[in-house]
Amino acid sequence: MKVSGAQALFKALEGEEVDVIFGIPGGAILPAYDPLIDSSIRHVLCRHEQGAGHAAEGYAWATGKVGVCMATSGPGGCNLVTALADAKMDSVPLVAITGQVPTPVVGNDAFQEADITGITLPVTKHNRLVKHPGEVAEAIREAFHIARTGRPGPVLVDIPKDVLINETTWKWPDGVELPGYKPTTKGNLRQIREAVKLIMDAKRPVLYVGGGVIKAEATKELHELATEGNLPVVTTLMARGAFPDTHELGLGMPGMHGGYTAVTAMQKSDLLVALGARFDDRVTGQLATFAPHARVVHVDIDPAEIGKNRAADVPIVGDCRDVIAKMLSELRRQQEEAGGVPDRSKWLSQLSTWREKYPYAYEQAADGPLKPQFAIERLYERAKDSIVVAGVGQHQMWASQFWKFTEPRTWINSGGLGTMGFAVPAALGAKTGRPDRRVVAIDGDGCFQMTAQELATSTTEKIPFITAIINNGYLGMVRQWQELFYKERYSEVYLSYEVPDYVKLAEAYGAVGLRAEHPEEVDAVIDKALSIEDRSVVVDFRVDSKEMCFPMVPAGASNDDIIIGPGGLRPVADPAEAPIA
Amino acid sequence: MTLHTLSVLVEDKPGVLTRVAGLFAARGFNIDSLAVGPTEERGLSRMTVVVNVESKPLEQVTKQLNKLIHVIKVLEHEPGEAVERELLLVKVRAEGEARARIMEICDVFRVRVLDVTHQTLTIEATGVPDKLEALIELLGDYGIVELSRTGRIALARGDRGIRERVSKRTAAGAGDVPGWTGGGV
Repeated sequence: MKVSGAQALFKALEGEEVDVIFGIPGGAILPAYDPLIDSSIRHVLCRHEQGAGHAAEGYAWATGKVGVCMATSGPGGCNLVTALADAKMDSVPLVAITGQVPTPVVGNDAFQEADITGITLPVTKHNRLVKHPGEVAEAIREAFHIARTGRPGPVLVDIPKDVLINETTWKWPDGVELPGYKPTTKGNLRQIREAVKLIMDAKRPVLYVGGGVIKAEATKELHELATEGNLPVVTTLMARGAFPDTHELGLGMPGMHGGYTAVTAMQKSDLLVALGARFDDRVTGQLATFAPHARVVHVDIDPAEIGKNRAADVPIVGDCRDVIAKMLSELRRQQEEAGGVPDRSKWLSQLSTWREKYPYAYEQAADGPLKPQFAIERLYERAKDSIVVAGVGQHQMWASQFWKFTEPRTWINSGGLGTMGFAVPAALGAKTGRPDRRVVAIDGDGCFQMTAQELATSTTEKIPFITAIINNGYLGMVRQWQELFYKERYSEVYLSYEVPDYVKLAEAYGAVGLRAEHPEEVDAVIDKALSIEDRSVVVDFRVDSKEMCFPMVPAGASNDDIIIGPGGLRPVADPAEAPIA
Repeated sequence: MTLHTLSVLVEDKPGVLTRVAGLFAARGFNIDSLAVGPTEERGLSRMTVVVNVESKPLEQVTKQLNKLIHVIKVLEHEPGEAVERELLLVKVRAEGEARARIMEICDVFRVRVLDVTHQTLTIEATGVPDKLEALIELLGDYGIVELSRTGRIALARGDRGIRERVSKRTAAGAGDVPGWTGGGV
């Protein structure tokens, strides 16, 4: 059967069971937009390519499937770069399709030409320029295979206009042939036995759970491992929801703005079992003083992560689901041999003492300014069953702190790259993938303004979600650093509460705009927002601009020097810590 | 810092050189020498990369190289466990009495003259980099017009080819990861 390159593209995308593409047409990609009309695949017409990229990411986070975005050559592809870099850092499976100028003029500075495979080389897992229509199907098949297997990531396929137009004989490749790409997914049993031995011997073990556990769909296995072994769990920013925050073994988020218990549990631990986590600087703080007494079991599908930041006593390369399942059966065997679960009551009671003593804290005065944490907590109380999407900054940390996650794929954010403007388009993508779930974007006012145009997409494509803007009128996290580390010399961080008027802006985009300025208004506004399901809602929470995010481990400081409150309070003299080595 | 020699077996695809070089560049490592050419297997090329870097960051680059889709195999050669050669072409001023003395040097070094003009000699030399350095230094006295070097190429000593070998850095060194077959991720 003769098909054009563009028809081959859509047959291939259908072959990969793509149900939605986020994109924007343009000159070079035009031939691909024609067969789209006859395709079963839905196209969501975004307002900016960065939005399309983040939307594809949000879709992938929420569904576990590969997100797909499409853009034209030159500026179209360039605008995808941030989303690709974001997906690379957070291991989000993504396929980006870009148009390219016709092959005879590639390299000639043609109109809207950019060397997009060159530009995106360091921010993609892989990319490829397709030179013949006969290669289109193979390139797409290969792209999806690479994006979703091993450590997932973004793959870009660049297709020149003439390749889309010219004809070829359709053939769906039987499989992919990549001799240099064979991810190791099965964990080594000998190593797993060693790891479980360490767990059996540990007095103060902590399961250090990262995003890999969610990507591997291993949360059920994790739950069994933790509960059967009586092992406390910290879930990193990438892993929120991998283990329930409501469970007594769930210690919540570690890291720079993590809870005191999670941070200190790792510091005092004698065994860290890292599962799909990468010892990121935001988690470890100063590396040399991170978890100084801990031996390390490190499980990751990417061998390059093992030993990168912290040497592993027991390295295990493999898919978390496979490895955790094997660990579990080995744990059962060793526990049976030992006559039961090792006694860790002292450690667990230490952890619960810390938890009671040092919860996330803030004070909301009845007549005082609205506190951001209060707004988020009330939102959580009334919309617990939502998928939560965040941007980057204070609001992101507060959302992660005050929302109690109980299931995977209900927390979506930009972790590694820290991309402001992620939330609105990612919420759009998440809602597209999970129309059955309510999606709430908790966003900052700075973030919101970077990608708010996707509210138009939300309205015209009828993909409604709620955006709660934690509006403090500032680039809040930068302000916090200037307050703490730059002697309160505020430089270029004030944005304004009133400009733009978020209520009017929402209305202009066809969404509903609401506002809460005082604590007593919060519940009613949230209820109103939750009652609207046919349109997007933007809530402007005007919050106290002076509120800072705590606990905090200053950049480069040791996790031992965690600051738990605004007064620089450090629980250094805590007698409860005395018995711990 | 020490010099490390890596052999990298790659699929012969557009951009593969950029991908490999980019991993070094992104970390600010300077590549000392780089040689690329086809191999005994159709569709595969072999790169020899010599890089001056500490062992720990090199381990990370080696792992990242393995992650590249078109990289089949990475082997770090331990010092003394590989045969290494480089080719040099050098054009040197050779007028009057100098010419005879240069010819003498060529004899001692067992290197060949490829081109002769009234003013210059163009010489071909192969050998380990130290030998070439010594030759260049001696010829420098007469005035080098230009020179070009291929960069080092290397093959491990012994019976086995690169595919059957295991790099110490990824198999037994600090980056020991049992169960890892060396495939990309």
